Amino acid sequence: MHELAICQALMEQVERIAQEEQADQVLTIHLAIGPLSGVEPGLLEQAFYVARAGSIAARAELVIESMPVQVSCSQCGQLSDALPGRLVCGHCGDWRTRLVSGDEMNLLHIELVRQTRENTAGAQDSFAPARRSCNS
Amino acid sequence: MCDTCGCNVTPGNAHLVQPGGRLSKTENGHDAVDVLHGLLDANDHTAAHNREHFHKHGVLAINLMSSPGAGKTSLLEATIDALKDELAMAVIEGDLETENDAGRIRSHGVPAIQITTGSACHLDAHMVHDALHQLDLQKLDIVFIENVGNLVCPASFDLGQQRNITLLSVPEGDDKPAKYPVMFRTADLVLLSKSDLLPVLDDFNPDNARRYLRDLASSAPVYELSAKNAAGMDAWIHWLHAELAALEHRSGRLATEPA
Repeated sequence: MHELAICQALMEQVERIAQEEQADQVLTIHLAIGPLSGVEPGLLEQAFYVARAGSIAARAELVIESMPVQVSCSQCGQLSDALPGRLVCGHCGDWRTRLVSGDEMNLLHIELVRQTRENTAGAQDSFAPARRSCNS
Repeated sequence: MCDTCGCNVTPGNAHLVQPGGRLSKTENGHDAVDVLHGLLDANDHTAAHNREHFHKHGVLAINLMSSPGAGKTSLLEATIDALKDELAMAVIEGDLETENDAGRIRSHGVPAIQITTGSACHLDAHMVHDALHQLDLQKLDIVFIENVGNLVCPASFDLGQQRNITLLSVPEGDDKPAKYPVMFRTADLVLLSKSDLLPVLDDFNPDNARRYLRDLASSAPVYELSAKNAAGMDAWIHWLHAELAALEHRSGRLATEPA
């Protein structure tokens, strides 16, 4: 279960970015995860509920985009879909391929609510409630 | 991931990057910040730092990974005995508990730093960095990092090693590369350990293991060896010498390049 360690690293990045952007609240965190990253999205989601507690992302939603496994063949030059345990070319069957997608473990972007320091009158609009979180 | 600029934009995820630069608005008017960093950026940063340390001192750093009981420590003991008269080695040991493995290594006359991870199922670059402070790299040729026995989690964490080696022991079965593709894809060399058991465990076919590895688009060499009866140890020792020579060549070339 290394997903908790990965999630803690994610939360450190999110908190740092939120601070840099002077955000009050993080609404959503978008990740791209490929099956060959070694991370199980379901376990990452469970770990996220633990890791987000008490942070600026305490009510944030985690959106995980699952990436396809795709290889480029060094023999016939074509792109094809593949399975995580079988990365051979789908066209000519050769094993000498290069992975072009499927090992991603990336933080893509986060949605947040920024501080409105001078505009207190409009604060109600800016401090919109967070979207329903994953586990509520 | 992108190897050119480290931006992590791949053909597979490029469409996910929002237009409009780092800051943009979502459809519902919220602020969105594009990041596109690896989740393990902090680990990777420390790993790069460790790698630089190894490189600067001309030390070959090898990350040994396998399931528990595949024979990593036995292989290291046999390797130390074969090489201790010509090379200076040290071992960083990763285990959940006990100093047992470090004790075994030290009894062969080689320094060993034991990292006990508690409940953590893998070593990370920070743990290795702390261990490096206890070693005099200037005096070493090879540092072996014996990762926590686990075919899943260690594969996701760069430690700063130059080479990854995965052991697959004969009792485990020859289809492990197909079952654990993330781990076996990272291997620069696969060692089929406990080959002395092949005559009794005849359902393990080394050619099947090689075929499953090629199905992962891996061109890593596969050696059969036994630390117990020394069969196949020569090829492994030869591989280590070749890696050291290649490292020396790379370091020499870097040193002579104009600044």
